[in-house]
Amino acid sequence: MQIPVQGFMYPNEVELQWSVLIVLYPFITGLVAGAFILASLERVFRVEAVKPTYRLALLTALSFLLVAPLPLQLHLGHPERSLEMYLTPHRSSAMAMFGFVYLWYLMAVLLLEIWLDYRCDIVVKSKTEKGLPRLIYKILTLGSDVLTERSLRIDERLGYFITLIGIPSAFLLHGYVGFIFGSVKANRWWSSPLMPIVFIFSAMVSGIAAVMLLYMLSSRLRRQQIDIRCLDKIAQDLMYTFIIDFSLEMLDLLQRIYEADESFRSLDFMVHTRLWTSQVIVQILLGTLTPIALLGLTQLFSFTDSVRKRIYALAGCLTVIGIFAMRWNVVIGGQLFSKSFLGYTSYKMGFATREGLLTAIILMILPFIILWILVKILPPWTDAESISASEEIPVHAAS
Amino acid sequence: MRRAIPAPKVKLLFKDIEHLLRLAAVMLIAVVAFVVLRAAVVPKSFGQYGHYRGDAIAEVAARPVAHAGHEVCEGCHTDVVDQKKLGRHAGLHCEVCHGPQARHADDPASIKPPLPDTGVICARCHEANSAKPRSFPQVASADHSGGLACNTCHQPHRPKIQDQAKPATGAKR
Repeated sequence: MQIPVQGFMYPNEVELQWSVLIVLYPFITGLVAGAFILASLERVFRVEAVKPTYRLALLTALSFLLVAPLPLQLHLGHPERSLEMYLTPHRSSAMAMFGFVYLWYLMAVLLLEIWLDYRCDIVVKSKTEKGLPRLIYKILTLGSDVLTERSLRIDERLGYFITLIGIPSAFLLHGYVGFIFGSVKANRWWSSPLMPIVFIFSAMVSGIAAVMLLYMLSSRLRRQQIDIRCLDKIAQDLMYTFIIDFSLEMLDLLQRIYEADESFRSLDFMVHTRLWTSQVIVQILLGTLTPIALLGLTQLFSFTDSVRKRIYALAGCLTVIGIFAMRWNVVIGGQLFSKSFLGYTSYKMGFATREGLLTAIILMILPFIILWILVKILPPWTDAESISASEEIPVHAAS
Repeated sequence: MRRAIPAPKVKLLFKDIEHLLRLAAVMLIAVVAFVVLRAAVVPKSFGQYGHYRGDAIAEVAARPVAHAGHEVCEGCHTDVVDQKKLGRHAGLHCEVCHGPQARHADDPASIKPPLPDTGVICARCHEANSAKPRSFPQVASADHSGGLACNTCHQPHRPKIQDQAKPATGAKR
């Protein structure tokens, strides 16, 4: 297969080595970090309004975190060896750090926090359920059914402490992903000290948007009324985070334009040609400015609940698409131009190949299947919550 | 004098944190499993010299030598050396095109290497590609030869067609 090349490329640049799967990796870890940070808001900063999404956000983070290393393992090939990235973590390279970062976040933060939060429910279900579910819950109790007031208080304190550790850990997880790109000094499209920070904020944006959409979707599927106060608060947080994220990206852009170093003309040409659709149209116009404008409208004008819900749903979808486009533009864009700044290559994505579109689609569906199973085992809501949600008085109009 | 903590209080505290102790035990088992798995899976010599398997160096060194080296080839194929040094391929060593020939060099009588397929081997370097410098000879082979093997017209040891009419002993202009 001949890859269309324009101008001069070094031979090892013609074919892209990091495929759509490497686009998925930061996208998925971003959703994990963002969903966790939203959950932490409720716990650490006592934002009561977002409470209905607390558990859903934790389960979303877990289901995406379980899938996060799969694109890397598929990309590496050699299933018999790729497991070693967990077993031989090392400080000598940012990529070899993966084992530390991943295992810490999964084992020491997310699983612990979920277990402590659900322990009471697990113990109760281990006594009330029957058959296989009972066995699952029995195993999850670890053989202890203590539910004294004091034990629950200890769980609460410990959970709070883990969330406190979890916030910097979530920042570390996604900051680390940004650092991998930002620290490649040979690549001017990536090399920027702002990269980890931009990645963290974009992670928060995508995670908050994803949990908001999942909350709306799950409420609809359960035929329960959406807690509009909660939705308003999430949308507000989404807008503020998005504005910070966009400002940081623009700051990076302005810095590059003003600096105008030897790479600038080449990168500028690339943005105006090969990345025009994915960066300018999809990422900036559709995926950033439109959702910020939509969310801004809901802050400036009073709309009815149903109109606000529709606006939030549209803004959420556009946000997730925009952040995916951002990951695409970083990963793929960074490989489209020559290090000589004299040529450009193209990315040809396969379909039913190990790193093709079909694999990417399956990897994106997988977290939702895991989430569905997790929600079945550990329901993030109670019936009482739904009833109280429908009785809430919308406070948005007053603000 | 130290006051002893009443036994029931200790028992009560233990009961309240029993699940956490069990959790700690599970985590300890996970850590032990990680260490055991790592010990079982990671090769013993891993990290001996750096972040790689130390034994790999000795294993690679112990592999049989595949390439003979151009000096060995040139010891016998003097006619080819004379041809080559007059053309553009003068700096190209024999095994670049002919492949590793240590076994042939050890036993030239019984091991005869097959002739390379010029249609494939020449295209490796000379197929047109914008990544190559303009001054480098390159063709779109499908258009250039129409499916004919390159050595139909070009003599690979002295590829320029005009040069091939000249005697091999003549000085290069």
